[in-house]
Amino acid sequence: MTPQANFMVLAAIDPPRETALRGLLASMNGAPGRVNAANALIPFAQFDTLHFARFVILDDKTLEDVRVYGLPVRTYPLYLAFLGDIDGDLDAFLGKLVKRAEKGLRSIFSCCAGFTSDTDLVEWMKRNSAPVIANYVNCRGRTVRRIREEAALKKALEEHLQSHAPALTGIPPRELFSKLQQFVNAEKSAGRLTLSDESPTPIGWWIKNALHLVGVPLLFLLALPLLIVIAPIFLILLRRKEKTDPELCWRVDQAYSDALSLLEDRDVTNQFTALASRKPGFVRLWTLIGILAGVDYAARHLVRPGRLGRIRTIHFARWVLLDGKKRGTFFSNYDGTVEAYMDDFINKAGFGLNAIFCNAIGYPRTNWLFRDGCADEQKYRNFLRRHTLPTQVWYKAYPGLTAIDLERNRRIREGLESSSMSEQETREWVALL
Amino acid sequence: MKQSEVDYSDVQGLVRFGYGKMKEASYVHLRVKDVTAARGWLRNAPVSSAVATTPPPPSAMQVAFTAAGLEALGVPPSVLAGFSPEFLTGMTEENRARRLGDVGSNAPSQWEWGNATSVPHLMVMFFAEPGRLQAFMQNSKGNAWNAAFEEQRWLGTADLDGIEPFGFTDGISQPQIDWERQRNVTRPQIDYSNVVALGEFLLGYSNEYDKYTDRPLIDADSASARRLLAAEDAPEKKDIGRNGTYLVMRQLRQDVRSFWQFVNRRAGGNSAEADKLGAAFVGRTRAGDPLVPMQEQPIPGIGPDPEQIRQNQFTFAKDPMGAGCPFGAHVRRENPRNTDYPGRPTGLAKLITMLGFGPSGFRDDLMSSVRFHRILRRGREYGPELLPENALAPAPPNDPERGLQFICLNANISRQFEFLQNAWTVNTKFSGLTGESDPLIGNREAIPGCPVTDDFTMQKDGSLRRRVSGLPQFITVRGGAYFFLPGLRALRYFAGAGDT
Repeated sequence: MTPQANFMVLAAIDPPRETALRGLLASMNGAPGRVNAANALIPFAQFDTLHFARFVILDDKTLEDVRVYGLPVRTYPLYLAFLGDIDGDLDAFLGKLVKRAEKGLRSIFSCCAGFTSDTDLVEWMKRNSAPVIANYVNCRGRTVRRIREEAALKKALEEHLQSHAPALTGIPPRELFSKLQQFVNAEKSAGRLTLSDESPTPIGWWIKNALHLVGVPLLFLLALPLLIVIAPIFLILLRRKEKTDPELCWRVDQAYSDALSLLEDRDVTNQFTALASRKPGFVRLWTLIGILAGVDYAARHLVRPGRLGRIRTIHFARWVLLDGKKRGTFFSNYDGTVEAYMDDFINKAGFGLNAIFCNAIGYPRTNWLFRDGCADEQKYRNFLRRHTLPTQVWYKAYPGLTAIDLERNRRIREGLESSSMSEQETREWVALL
Repeated sequence: MKQSEVDYSDVQGLVRFGYGKMKEASYVHLRVKDVTAARGWLRNAPVSSAVATTPPPPSAMQVAFTAAGLEALGVPPSVLAGFSPEFLTGMTEENRARRLGDVGSNAPSQWEWGNATSVPHLMVMFFAEPGRLQAFMQNSKGNAWNAAFEEQRWLGTADLDGIEPFGFTDGISQPQIDWERQRNVTRPQIDYSNVVALGEFLLGYSNEYDKYTDRPLIDADSASARRLLAAEDAPEKKDIGRNGTYLVMRQLRQDVRSFWQFVNRRAGGNSAEADKLGAAFVGRTRAGDPLVPMQEQPIPGIGPDPEQIRQNQFTFAKDPMGAGCPFGAHVRRENPRNTDYPGRPTGLAKLITMLGFGPSGFRDDLMSSVRFHRILRRGREYGPELLPENALAPAPPNDPERGLQFICLNANISRQFEFLQNAWTVNTKFSGLTGESDPLIGNREAIPGCPVTDDFTMQKDGSLRRRVSGLPQFITVRGGAYFFLPGLRALRYFAGAGDT
């Protein structure tokens, strides 16, 4: 299995260069919200292990929110973030990236503070990387290559079924299955279809993953006595804050919302970038860290492939804390409109969402961390829209395919390669076609 | 919070009644010509309320406003700002049009009305028993009408006796409004119910989230404001939304000939097969019978009328493979009849499902819970009847246009009408499908990465599905707008807008 990795380069923009940077980023798009995958700066399509990538300027319009806690408004540098989700080893990818797009990367990053013409690009990107605190991958091990091969398989089957419909209609599932298996094998032998075997799992990754699987609960157990002692006080403090924390959930300015909408619904998948300030104090800090650590662990070891809890529309998502954990960002790639995305969040994963986002200033009031909150649907939508940022450049390696499409194609392929299927499994497989 | 009873005399009748006995109806789009005269007319306009009378009245009039209309009447910007963004920016806003599938031949630039140059200010809707409409309209208009308004466009309707132009019985399934406010929405719903919270269809009342949908609330600082009702959730404020709702209108041209000619061709000229294929598109037979069996267990909000029970006492839970009613059939898209959780889990099973470890089949738990996405349909047909058997003939020259004046009512346009239209109607990825939108009302525009969007799939249990490809676009949007259908007190407030 080839595990997925991710990167996020985060660098302060050199203020006089901001306009130039925005121009460069705009030049990578063919139309609003539509990247030119072959653009001259970073020809994303040439990287066949890259799932998603984005450039986003983290322009926080809600910095003044801290005033509700009587805190002075801080100024943070205006950051440029460059994110990607990839297959395999990060160093190998960065090496390839620099090799093919050095000029483009240099012209973009030259708009950032401290970047000069003789900066070592890879070293600089690594030095300026922001660590992810919680990460979600829809289906670990599913590479871009595999996705494309399986999409081609689906297409070939579709065409075959179309042209042979009379002969294949009405025949029993097992017979249909074996006929299609023969067809696929013939196509593979003829070199018209490729279904590559999985690469071996890198041993280093495997060990790290196993250590994480066991280590995190072990640490938790070790800390448990202490946590039990702290818990009552912590909960009382949290509860008190929960009841008094102000809500800042007014409707965002229409022009701002329209600017976001302009970039949305250009593909069946959308990008989402949100940024907010964390509520002050150690209670909120440790609640956030604890919950995100839990989410990260669950997403890594517990959830079913293709599902983040009940949500089946997210390809990749991650949480990153910035500026000494005073601000938090959330990045995701999801299918459907933002309206439907929020609907999923509220009705299918409200409890988890509350526990994370309630630590952001202004979130609708929660009740014992998990309850209420986003159930105040309009306030929640207003809150999130206010914190959503326009994503200047967004790339997806497989336009037109949703996470559900990928799952269907995966199930079709796995069925074809399985050594034995029960009658019921065969029927279910036939229903995928 | 004090929950009061609904004052039917403050609600426009269309929310409660379909005015089915009033077979004639005509809608007029107006621009305000003279503000004072318009306000004067509105102050005295005999707008019908939702009070039930015996016998029912022979005619009814309703009034609804666009955002531009409220502005033209002098409603202050601070008040307008309290309406929903969808209402304020309108149906034709570029990004919204993309989400609604109003692109290609459906694009607002192609519309006959409702696009940037022809947004109406208000719509007056007249309903009457046969033979009474003309006199009723003349009477209702009165003397001030001509001075007050410029008549922009009359939209006629036709009585096709409950059959929509393609030839299918229409309007069978409607949510039942919980007027008595008995419904407990805070519990997770694991059984499908047809009863929907009042706040989903009327502003000023709690909705399916047990919350009050945003609407303009104002101070009681003028005589006209003081006549408004107080907001239940903010008693110190006056509620302009109270007893009002949003009215979505879309004129949909239906190409009846194209529909039956296509279906007939795919059925090899066999009319019984053509009927079956048509029924698969719709998800009901032409007579309106569902394609899945009736269930024994009653469904709240359905009945006691035996005909309604026969046609509506069903869900798709017993048809998980789509073999009875295709997943992509129109009625299964528009109302999947599902619940908050798949498979009726309780106790521990519910917790397990909630955490994502419930049923793991490909199609399990794909859909949003329908109770947050219901609409109340109040549309009427227009144009002359064309029976399916006559639709196979080629169109004569000047074949008249026919279709649906689609109207629906909802308190939250983006969560109800727009969600339905986007996520369930035009979405080519609905319910695990790919390459097909609603067979009746979807457009067939290609989207990036998906060149094919004109398929329709009929699932089979245990053998290969049947895929019908090359569906033409049967419906073209001819116009559309978002209106606000105010409560009567709010209507009088608008009529006095600007008064102190």
